[in-house]
Amino acid sequence: MEPDNHKKNIVVIGGGPAGIEASRTLDAMGHTVFLIEKADRLGGHLARWDRLFPYGTQASEVLSGMTSSMGSVKWFTGTQITQLNRLEHGYNIILSNGLTVLADALLITTGFSLFPASKKEEYGYGIYDRVITNADLEDWFSGISVPAIDNPHRIGFVHCVGSRDEKVGNRYCSKVCCATAVKQACEIKQKFPDAVVYCFYMDLRMFGRGYEDMYLEAQKKYGVIFVRGRVSEVSEDKNGHLFVKAEDTLAGKPLRVTLDLLVLMAGMSHNRDTDSIARTLALSTMEDGFLKPKDSLTDGQASYCPGVFYAGACTGPKTIPETVAEAKAAAISINEYLRDND
Amino acid sequence: MKDRFISGYNDFVLPFMIGMCFILTYLAIGIIRVIVQLPAKDRKKFFLSLINPKLWLKNLKDIICDVLLHTKIWKRKPLLGYMHSSIAFGWFMLIVLGHIETWLFVPDRLSTFYYPVFFRFFVMETDHTIGGSFFFFLMDFFLLVVLSGVFLAMFKRIRSMVFGMRRTTKNQLPDRLAMYCLWAIFPVRLLAESFTAGIAGGSFLTRPMYWLFSNFLSDTYHILPTWWAYSTLLGTFFVLLPFTRYMHIPTEAFLIILRNAGIKVSHHRNGYTTAQIYSCSNCGMCIDACPMMSQKKNLRYATVYFNRLLRRRNWTKCEISADKCLMCGKCVAVCPVNVDSCSIKQRVRAARAVPSKADYTYFETYTAPEPAPEKVLYYAGCMTQLTPVISKAVGAVLDKAGIGYTFLDSDGGICCGRPLILAGRNEQAQEMIRKNTELIRHSGATTLLLSCPICYKVFRENYDLNGIRVVHYTEYFDELLRLGRITIRNSGERIVYHDPCELGRGCGVYRQPRHVLSAAGNLVEAAKSHDESICCGGSLGSLTLSYEDRKDITLHSLDNLMYASPERIVTACPLCLKTFSPYAPKKVSDFAEIVAQNMN
Amino acid sequence: MIDFGYGISPSSAINLDRFDRTDFETLCREEPDVLKCMACGSCAASCPTAGHSDMNLRKVILLLGRGREDEALGMLSHCMFCGKCLLVCPRGINTRHLILSIIKTYQK
Repeated sequence: MEPDNHKKNIVVIGGGPAGIEASRTLDAMGHTVFLIEKADRLGGHLARWDRLFPYGTQASEVLSGMTSSMGSVKWFTGTQITQLNRLEHGYNIILSNGLTVLADALLITTGFSLFPASKKEEYGYGIYDRVITNADLEDWFSGISVPAIDNPHRIGFVHCVGSRDEKVGNRYCSKVCCATAVKQACEIKQKFPDAVVYCFYMDLRMFGRGYEDMYLEAQKKYGVIFVRGRVSEVSEDKNGHLFVKAEDTLAGKPLRVTLDLLVLMAGMSHNRDTDSIARTLALSTMEDGFLKPKDSLTDGQASYCPGVFYAGACTGPKTIPETVAEAKAAAISINEYLRDND
Repeated sequence: MKDRFISGYNDFVLPFMIGMCFILTYLAIGIIRVIVQLPAKDRKKFFLSLINPKLWLKNLKDIICDVLLHTKIWKRKPLLGYMHSSIAFGWFMLIVLGHIETWLFVPDRLSTFYYPVFFRFFVMETDHTIGGSFFFFLMDFFLLVVLSGVFLAMFKRIRSMVFGMRRTTKNQLPDRLAMYCLWAIFPVRLLAESFTAGIAGGSFLTRPMYWLFSNFLSDTYHILPTWWAYSTLLGTFFVLLPFTRYMHIPTEAFLIILRNAGIKVSHHRNGYTTAQIYSCSNCGMCIDACPMMSQKKNLRYATVYFNRLLRRRNWTKCEISADKCLMCGKCVAVCPVNVDSCSIKQRVRAARAVPSKADYTYFETYTAPEPAPEKVLYYAGCMTQLTPVISKAVGAVLDKAGIGYTFLDSDGGICCGRPLILAGRNEQAQEMIRKNTELIRHSGATTLLLSCPICYKVFRENYDLNGIRVVHYTEYFDELLRLGRITIRNSGERIVYHDPCELGRGCGVYRQPRHVLSAAGNLVEAAKSHDESICCGGSLGSLTLSYEDRKDITLHSLDNLMYASPERIVTACPLCLKTFSPYAPKKVSDFAEIVAQNMN
Repeated sequence: MIDFGYGISPSSAINLDRFDRTDFETLCREEPDVLKCMACGSCAASCPTAGHSDMNLRKVILLLGRGREDEALGMLSHCMFCGKCLLVCPRGINTRHLILSIIKTYQK
């Protein structure tokens, strides 16, 4: 592809909220943007989610709002990078659809992977029929059938599955699960008003604007019962009922409860597909596998590699507003970089 | 053949005689001390074994195989095996031949202690007889064998990798001195015999050496000094012996006799344990074997150094080393001398443990399950509560085979006691053993089925469940498969089986899980398997190893398992499953899960 | 003595001013993992003695850090040392060594 004299080529890897937002911003700045997404649709994890905390906004509305103004962004779904070479100035990228792009800058917006909940054997995901994850529940909210959900009377949410857990190599807090759990607890209570809903948490991290209100509403309006204690193990009786063990650390007593549905709040793990890109470009990663920005305080979008930028959850767990803000920041950083290197 | 000296004596034999007397006295005292220190029961076993002709034969066979020929090293590392057996067997043959020569040619000197050793000096041959030259040849031949071993030993110090050893033991001053003596003894003997060959005769090695030397050296001047040197080296070696690794040479034979008598480690330092640690040859095979050595900082915790510390009674460091050990038993498996270091470490832990006030009165609140008509009782154990996939799969297989069973600890139970035993708290563990025995007996079961190898080992070794069959699910499912109670289809998937320490090395179960798994998939082997399998790193054996250090072992163990690029890793231990899962590049499954998945 | 129906007993409040930290600091040197606890309660929940005894490792750690050694040691006497807590601890605390270190430090 012949590079335009005035326009610069930018390749954005990953078509989630960060990729979409950055692409349309860069496009509006007058650059040529190629957005590459490995899945068959844009939106990333956002496309799988039903509603978003703290105000219950429909994820599909947010997404369609973002994708409606893509301008002249050239986006390719179901496409992967087959080859990535660093040139003297810029990068040569060969895509699985046969296209070759000479990019002046690269923006990595590969996001995260949901922690595979089956790795926490003691919770029985994939073993017990009535254990599901937060993502499975979102599927159900969006109307997809989930056999595990069969008019449950007693429902439990387990926070921090695969987060704050050295045993699975994820020491960090995934940031969004507490708020998601509270949101989902309220939602399921809307669907099954007679159900008793428990949230098993280690610490409730309701840090954002409006989160505390959501927490209050969960208590006051929906009667969600919060138990401070990490679930240690789950067993199953002959009828498929789940038998959950935790410690009620505030009461200082071991706690046992029988449930009809257990929702595991799978946290964010680094996206393994990012690893090969990081290896090829010799990008530094952190111990937990997330990409390491050059300066996490004042220049979180720059990498150690010239012309390579980051936005969104590829550098660690982020909420949607943070991701979108980072995407805009990355667009500015890239614009400055291209201007300075012209 | 005739004596060169009527007196049959020369001053140079003195150093040898002093050394010999010293070491013999030392050994005699040592052996008596060990026997005295043995518990009365073991002492009786020992004396009884001495009058048992069958055991005599076994002792003889073991001593020849282990002490002289080192067959166990041959099997693992042939070159290293040759090095050891050439020195040991060669030297032994030199001594034996010396005695035969003395007996044949100067029988009246047989009672002179040093005669067979310095035979060439004291006896000369005027005419070449067939008998004489035959012995000359044999002596030269075995000297050459020993020398080849000595040269290999020197080379090993420079390049141990050639011998298949990544790391060798760091020697200390007495060890080094004794080693240099040992290296020098045989070349010096060659020199001494070569200089003497003109008078006393020689063969293919000593004769040409004599001709060579006599051309530019006046050999007669060198005869006596070289014999002095030879005697002094022998004497020095013997005096140093008790303070060095080479003490294993005399001790090992004694250890074999004790072991064959059926004696087990019962004290942390005395009696049988003394015989064990003095038998450690410091060969260092345990260093490469130890899973902790994936980190260089752990080198000092290798069993060889632990044995050394224990010999010196350096309790503080001994305790640190014993507490660190994973008790995986690999060092015992590869040890050429079979030093039972895990049992010793367990005793050290027990001896060093601060007594704690245990209160297990609450055990009485656990109730036995109702005696079931089915006679199979399944005890999952504590760890399996955290890996429900195992108990669920075991249930599925038993249901399919039409075997009714009672689940003893479906809602948690009393620990089997092994973790306490591993921590050296045997007495406390007895409480658990007592209560569990009561619960199991009360259930009326005839078969106790276990899925956790840790439990399995303790139920086999420390419980008295007379009349109740204790069986691990790998063995039980193998039996069901052979009897046709279950049938398995082959998925064709490449699977690798990890031998859990407590099941493989601990209980000797290797064959049954492999038999079942090869029916369920395409079974491949890890780089190191069976008794050389590498601990997953999760072992409850170690008391002090941190989580971070364990992770390193886990990764190393996984590398070993991925050797034949399997699509799935299978293990038969809840602890291995839990330890591997987060870091494994391929799916880790439990044995029962594979059986349940592939049942027809 | 007249029985008023109530007695004067030492305050049940935790008094950190009166807490002699020497032993606790020894314990911290012996097994620094004791400082890593975030009180999630996994250990207590998975403990096979839960519901049968008052053993609670989370509380033991907490009590030791508040100068309540006797209560802590009483709980610890029920421990079977099975190691389940070692497996579930999200902070990777070497719980078994911690328990042994507590016994070593406090049991005199």
